[in-house]
Amino acid sequence: MSWSVIQASLPAFGAAFWLTLELAALGIAGALGIGAGVSLVQYFRVPGLHQVASVYVDVARNTPLLVQLFFIYYGLPGLGLKLSAPVSGVLGLIFLGGSYMAEAFTGGYNAIPKSQLESGAALGLSPRQLARFIVLPQGLTAAVPGLAANVIFLVKETSIFTVIAIPELTNTALDLIGLYYRSNESLLMLVVAYAIILVPLSWGLTQLERKVRHVTIGA
Amino acid sequence: MSQSGLELLFQGQNLPRLLAGFGVTLRVAAVVLALGLSLGALLGALRTLPNRGLQVVLRGYLEIFRIVPTVVLLFVAYYLLPQLGGLNLSGEAVAVVTFTLWTAAEMSDIVRGALVAVPRHQVEAGAALGLTRAQQLRFILFPQAVPLALPGTINLATRVIKTTSLLLMISVMDLVNVGQTLVEANSHLHPTFAFWLYGALFIGYYLLCAPLSWWAKHIARQRKAVTND
Repeated sequence: MSWSVIQASLPAFGAAFWLTLELAALGIAGALGIGAGVSLVQYFRVPGLHQVASVYVDVARNTPLLVQLFFIYYGLPGLGLKLSAPVSGVLGLIFLGGSYMAEAFTGGYNAIPKSQLESGAALGLSPRQLARFIVLPQGLTAAVPGLAANVIFLVKETSIFTVIAIPELTNTALDLIGLYYRSNESLLMLVVAYAIILVPLSWGLTQLERKVRHVTIGA
Repeated sequence: MSQSGLELLFQGQNLPRLLAGFGVTLRVAAVVLALGLSLGALLGALRTLPNRGLQVVLRGYLEIFRIVPTVVLLFVAYYLLPQLGGLNLSGEAVAVVTFTLWTAAEMSDIVRGALVAVPRHQVEAGAALGLTRAQQLRFILFPQAVPLALPGTINLATRVIKTTSLLLMISVMDLVNVGQTLVEANSHLHPTFAFWLYGALFIGYYLLCAPLSWWAKHIARQRKAVTND
């Protein structure tokens, strides 16, 4: 271990750390938005749209992010759509994450007993009202553990951004290995950097899960 | 123009080379699944034993492999394994070791979950009937735990298949790496080639993983139909 190498690498790792956080945050926010929309479309079987939503979830979940990124970043320019590496990365993360989030939301909605929806419908609630007053308040609570697991998953997936040369943590570590030929130092910093993000995040999400677990879903 | 990119996919040695890369991808996935799922099943069973030290070690192993991104695990193994006693492994062997340990960690949690989900009184009733420990496992625990673990295991298999796309990062000539090589050789003359080639990889991975996902979903739904009225 050489401390001078670690010290010299710190600024680059610092920049990569913030970039990783920024791209992950954008991707996760987008994935939550897409996932929420897609799951509602599927849950209420919106005519015409829910088949599209199902195909999207199926395709996005069953292909690797790396291939999705190559397709977006290298494949789409062939059709005249040129996107920068960070934009491609975030879009890829949203494409992949949206499907995972949709499944987590759906899992939450399905935890609500059918009888509640039937009662709501019998009271004359419209689908919109059923969503607003019955499905969402309870379903979102039940979806929290699945959503939390996806947040962690998506942060880790940003490491794949290195293949389209986005200078995030993994890419920076590999760059520094090439620069100094000191793999142990760079790898140690890389693992520590991910731990600094993921350990507190995972702890915080567990607290959140614990908090919402006490919300009871009426039988 | 757009047609030439697609046609190029089938010209010369392009298709055979892609298929050779696909063979490497399948080989790594198959070996990792065989080793990782068996090791994981064993570790999962060990995690239900009351030994405290063992639990701490196995839980720690799982958490480390869960929290560190697989890409990082792969690079750590790639740079560290050769330093350990001059062990000089090929890229493919490094990937197999890393992915197997990761798969085993994930599998251990699936198996542990399934084993503890079988109600305790079932095994106790077996013991009361005079079944030996082996018989309890053989006739009571396994028949009930295996269906519980199956959907998670199948989904893990699709994750393993998708994870093989990372092989490219340590220069193994897998499907994606061959694809990238072909794109680099051809895309200056045929700008649409990358679109068709990566599109083909996209479809290839989908065709491998989607049926497994459907199967897992089908089993889970069947179970739900049986248990919930």
